[in-house]
Amino acid sequence: MNMSTVTIDLAEVKKSFGDKVIVNKLSFSVARGECFGLLGPNGAGKSTIARMLLGMISPEAGKITVLNEPVPSRSRVARARIGVVPQFDNLELEFTVRENLFVFGRYFGMSARKIEAVAPSLLEFARLESKADVRVSELSGGMKRRLTLARALINDPHLLVMDEPTTGLDPHARHLIWERLRVLLARGKTILLTTHFMEEAERLCDRLCVLESGCKIAEGKPEALIHEHIGCDVIEIYGGDPYQLRELIRPYARHIEVSGETLFCYAPHPEQVRLQLRGRSDLRVLQRPPNLEDVFLRLTGRELEK
Amino acid sequence: MGEAYGAVMPANAYNWIAVWRRNFLAWRKVALPSLLGNLAEPITNLFGLGFGLGLIMGQIEGTSYIAFLAAGMVAISAMTSATFETLYAAFARMDAKRTWEAVLFTQLTLGDIVLGELVWAASKSVLAGTAIGIVAAMLGYASWTSIVCAIPTVALTGLVFASLAMVVIALAPTYDYFVFYQSLILTPMVFLCGAVFPISQLPSSVQHFAGLLPLAHSVDLIRPAMLERGADSPALHICALCIYAVLPFFVSTALFRRRLLR
Ligand SMILES: Nc1ncnc2c1ncn2[C@@H]1O[C@H](COP(=O)(O)OP(=O)(O)OP(=O)(O)O)[C@@H](O)[C@H]1O
Ligand SMILES: [Mg+2]
Repeated sequence: MNMSTVTIDLAEVKKSFGDKVIVNKLSFSVARGECFGLLGPNGAGKSTIARMLLGMISPEAGKITVLNEPVPSRSRVARARIGVVPQFDNLELEFTVRENLFVFGRYFGMSARKIEAVAPSLLEFARLESKADVRVSELSGGMKRRLTLARALINDPHLLVMDEPTTGLDPHARHLIWERLRVLLARGKTILLTTHFMEEAERLCDRLCVLESGCKIAEGKPEALIHEHIGCDVIEIYGGDPYQLRELIRPYARHIEVSGETLFCYAPHPEQVRLQLRGRSDLRVLQRPPNLEDVFLRLTGRELEK
Repeated sequence: MGEAYGAVMPANAYNWIAVWRRNFLAWRKVALPSLLGNLAEPITNLFGLGFGLGLIMGQIEGTSYIAFLAAGMVAISAMTSATFETLYAAFARMDAKRTWEAVLFTQLTLGDIVLGELVWAASKSVLAGTAIGIVAAMLGYASWTSIVCAIPTVALTGLVFASLAMVVIALAPTYDYFVFYQSLILTPMVFLCGAVFPISQLPSSVQHFAGLLPLAHSVDLIRPAMLERGADSPALHICALCIYAVLPFFVSTALFRRRLLR
């Protein structure tokens, strides 16, 4: 990639807490305008990486460059052009929605007039116009999340670092955030997003990196990863003894994973598998297209907890 | 390593103002109860000790005991309001409320935040010290101009004790540790530094040690100002206070880096 179009670059980055390795020789880069996903189960190191990009955790080895600034030594300069949505909201609860934007804008050295000029459009963007003078402690979780997003945009950032922006939201609120993020991407912003929702990653990310225990286990475009690692329909079977079933359908499947009481069967010819299971009323059989969840299961042998 | 610590120091001379204004906005919402709470204790002490002990003590260093005590109370209240603001309010913003974390998402550095918090705590000292000065002036124990003369020292005293308390909160894992600082350091200082009785009452070896404590330097500047006398070697006291304000600032910022930015 050309240097001027690289927004984030990590090279061989390593971090441990005590003798526990949290991020292990991780390298990836994100191009300008791209939505890049960090996908992984709890404790994979997603938040640690997000905080390293902001200079809030220093790597013990490797090199990080964000918006052409070396991090952490010049992270302050990079942060002037970054918007952050942390995993856990840290809004000012005693302040109103509008006051939150004001206080945050001042941290970026913005004048009152400048903040006044952008605040209404941010409130509208976050669908919080009617809540401008409500104290944050009175908002719902989804509204707080949207305010955090609006706050992250106050400095008109080039890059957004978002740590699980939709965790804990109901499906409606989640779709609203996804739609807002797509608007931002259309405006040319670069987004780094962490998530453990496969659906979120599939819908939003141009490229993603799957992490497990701080190691990269796959990287690429979502469709490419699915095609490369699965490439055929998936049949989920529950009920019955999964190990016995595995023997039964093994000849007709390309690959089979057992996770808990569910059997995942990757079958280029699913009708042959279903034929084997005909008449088994004790089983529940679901055939569906493959997704990232299957990629994760295939690569790690276990499901990504929701 | 040096570079890492350099990156957390204040980025420029004015970034801290945004932190100060954030605290001012929060304070404005609770200004009245906060002011009354700040004032109640020192004023009670002034009346209780001043009138009660004043009868027994009579004149002290050529003035009434209550006038002597009023000057000491201004220094003590500057010390306690900056200390409490830092120990409790700033600690909550650093820890449970995660206000500092949000600030660190912006172009501010840890040093900018610490500086903003110090100046804010010193502002509260000025408020508390001035209020007691006003009470003393209304009762006729100090002149109005002398209160104005004392304000710079009150502000410096606030910076000193906020800065010292910053080191405490950078090290303390929880609130429970603050009580050690209060009872083992601050309370003895009140009695050792000539705030409530002249330092000459102490054994001479203790006097030498007490003279080095920050509150002693404050009292030696504030009392002459309020009693409209010339202070002894003011430059020395000002220098000492500046050292007490600046050194802990760097120490606490470095400690916060280790605590918050691993
Ligand atoms: N300050 C710390 N000290 C010690 N260990 C830590 C610290 N912060 C994180 N860890 C450990 O690092 C690992 C990765 O944590 P991290 O928060 O980056 O994971 P994550 O992928 O964001 O997980 P989640 O999905 O739960 O948010 C975890 O095992 C965690 O226990
Ligand atoms: Mg996390």
